[in-house]
Amino acid sequence: MYRTLAVLVRNRTGVLFRVASLFSRRAYNIESITVGRTETPEFSRMTLVVGEDAAACDQICKQLSKLVDVVRVRDITDEDIVARELALIKVAATPDQRQAIMQMANVFRARVVDITNRTLTVEITGTEDKVDALIGLLQPYGLREVVRTGRIALNRGVRGMRGSLMAALAKSRQAALARAAAEATPAGQQVARL
Amino acid sequence: MRPHPLVGRLGKAPARSRPGRSSWVEVIFGYPGGAVLALYDELYRSGIRHILTRHEQGAVHAADGYARSSGRVGVCLATSGPGATNLVTGLANAMMDSVPVVAFTGQVATSAIGRDSFQEADITGITVPITKHNYQVRNVRDLPEVMTEAFYLARSGRPGPVLVDLPKDVSTAEIAADEVVWPQESSLAGYRLPRRGAQRQIRAAVRALVQARRPLLYVGGGVAGTKAALACRSLAEELALPAASTLMGLGVIPAQYPLYLGMLGMHGTVAANRAMAQCDVLLAVGARFDDRVTGKLEAFAPHATVIHVDIDAAEIGKNVRAHIPIVGDAGAVLDEMLRLLPEYREAACGPEGEEDLARPWRLRVLAWKRQFPVDAGDGSAGPGDSTKVGGSAGVGGARGPAMAAEAGTGPRLRPQTVIQAVAGRVPDPHFVVTDVGQHQMWAAQLWPVSRPRSFISSGGLGTMGFGLPAAVGVQVAHPGARVVLLSGDGSIQMNIQELGTVASERLPIKIVILNNEYLGMVRQWQELFYDRRYSQTHLSNPDFAAIARAYGLEGYRVSQAEELGPVLDKALASPQAALIDVAVAPEENVYPFIPAGGSVKDMIVGPSGPAQETAAHAG
Repeated sequence: MYRTLAVLVRNRTGVLFRVASLFSRRAYNIESITVGRTETPEFSRMTLVVGEDAAACDQICKQLSKLVDVVRVRDITDEDIVARELALIKVAATPDQRQAIMQMANVFRARVVDITNRTLTVEITGTEDKVDALIGLLQPYGLREVVRTGRIALNRGVRGMRGSLMAALAKSRQAALARAAAEATPAGQQVARL
Repeated sequence: MRPHPLVGRLGKAPARSRPGRSSWVEVIFGYPGGAVLALYDELYRSGIRHILTRHEQGAVHAADGYARSSGRVGVCLATSGPGATNLVTGLANAMMDSVPVVAFTGQVATSAIGRDSFQEADITGITVPITKHNYQVRNVRDLPEVMTEAFYLARSGRPGPVLVDLPKDVSTAEIAADEVVWPQESSLAGYRLPRRGAQRQIRAAVRALVQARRPLLYVGGGVAGTKAALACRSLAEELALPAASTLMGLGVIPAQYPLYLGMLGMHGTVAANRAMAQCDVLLAVGARFDDRVTGKLEAFAPHATVIHVDIDAAEIGKNVRAHIPIVGDAGAVLDEMLRLLPEYREAACGPEGEEDLARPWRLRVLAWKRQFPVDAGDGSAGPGDSTKVGGSAGVGGARGPAMAAEAGTGPRLRPQTVIQAVAGRVPDPHFVVTDVGQHQMWAAQLWPVSRPRSFISSGGLGTMGFGLPAAVGVQVAHPGARVVLLSGDGSIQMNIQELGTVASERLPIKIVILNNEYLGMVRQWQELFYDRRYSQTHLSNPDFAAIARAYGLEGYRVSQAEELGPVLDKALASPQAALIDVAVAPEENVYPFIPAGGSVKDMIVGPSGPAQETAAHAG
């Protein structure tokens, strides 16, 4: 049983390590973890897929929320979401096998992104099932290398973590402004300095 | 030369830019080294009190003891590499018991990080799971913000240790005074503090308590704050709740409270554990249902509606399901319960009475309390203990030199007797600090703790060697109070070098070693579960009194019962620190005892075994 968590974090050094360390320390099963920037440079967003039931997942969310760099955690498993994974699959392919592979790729709406005399690399985006299915079909040709991003997910419609992000952003920008204002104040009138 | 902002934060900022008073630092426990030379140079000139411990572990435990006993943030400082790694046990200890500590560590210069430089250790990486948060400061301009956050995080919400790693180029950098800006504490984007608790849940809790037939209060270390403890006491008294405590909660409900049942759990009292097994409403406040308290989870409070009040949402439902969870500050929630109480009480009882549903229950727990007092070593306790006085003198193989000389000179003192004798002689206000092991459990069972924060002990981590340096911190925080350290012959040797700190700081700590020449708690388990195969638990000890004297402290050795009183009187009356090494019965066990993973049905009440408890339990 897998559950999907969306986690908004401050974009600080070590934040990925802190999250990963929590999973290791409390012995939670983690299936995949992805991280990348959001629409604002101050925050990053992670998508976690965890192999735990709802009760354990509730505990995981609470523990994650305690991390100072974590702004918001949301278990979006049972929500209306778009969830995708991207994979690059390098298959052993002689020139006369190419056509068959490319046909299969087409059915899966995958793209061929590299061709050599001995290999062919396919890029596919979709749910894990879809990626698994294509990999299964390509297996007989000989998989040279496979790399997968792990799941990323977003709520459909207006739901999501936009509100949390904006609130956190306002808070941190306010602090930054206050800092800038104080720094700009002439020396004689400073209110907050050493 | 401009002042370094670190020092400014700690003690010298001008009044108008002063951050909150609560984050003000008056003392640092530390140990210098290459990577913190610049900081020590600033300290040298700043006049901030610095206490040089003899090991970095001593520094962090001292900061912990300072914080535990006072509620203020304890501060320690260590150099990079080995200095920093020596803090690890102390940070884990503070984390487990939620103690506000800020630790500063030196680090190699930013340009040398990652090159396996001399005395480099990835201390922020190492301490991620054992700190509430940590920082590595890469730019001196970030320092004011980091300092503010570090102190704020350490003491707010559920307190805990915060580590700040300072690369050498950062701590030597100079920064113009007008470049230093102290930010507001509230600027942390993702850090929210629960405050009051949900009104609906608090009402449900009060209703359940008022209607309960067999209520029980279970207090933990989260109620040790002055206001929360006061509210907790008032609520217990208002509702005449039978109350039990964890090790960390001792003193919240004073031992003198008539319905106080003592400590819970593995070495808890019969009354407390039976009450837990039979209660119908359990009010848990600031406690985390540790396995040493619950034992077998299925048999823990099986009939109870569990009300769990905690400031940390993650504690709720972690080990035991809470029927009425309340996330909030214990003081605020308990105050609100007190405020709502009259309303619900009227509704429950009506004006014409039949008000006391829980009366039979109270009588029952009081009967247990009377029937099964903790063995105080004076023969007053329940069945079986009289056979135990000096009982197993012949067993245990080789003796150390000191013991050998005394063998056969009459019955050995029982450790419980010694604790009682000390407790009876220590005036208020006092603090009792313990190490970890059998003596700790006897102290927890027998010391009449009447104030929160006055029983200082390593709970969650169970750190042998905590006691002596923690006592240093306690005495520094409370110069006018009597500080007594109860330790064991095993524990004391784990940080015995701190006798040097005691001596050089002239701290009048009284150290009592319950010396059974064993790692007693481990030996007890070996006796009961490993057929008395005492693997590596016998200790050949040095002459502790002579060691104390070598440090310039008073040192005493007590081996006969009649010597105990006079020596204690003399040592306690002295203005100096004193160490009293007391030879006690070597094979005394801590009872009651619920073996790990067991339930109250498996409780061993005394040396004669579990049968009587099982029989009595049926009644």
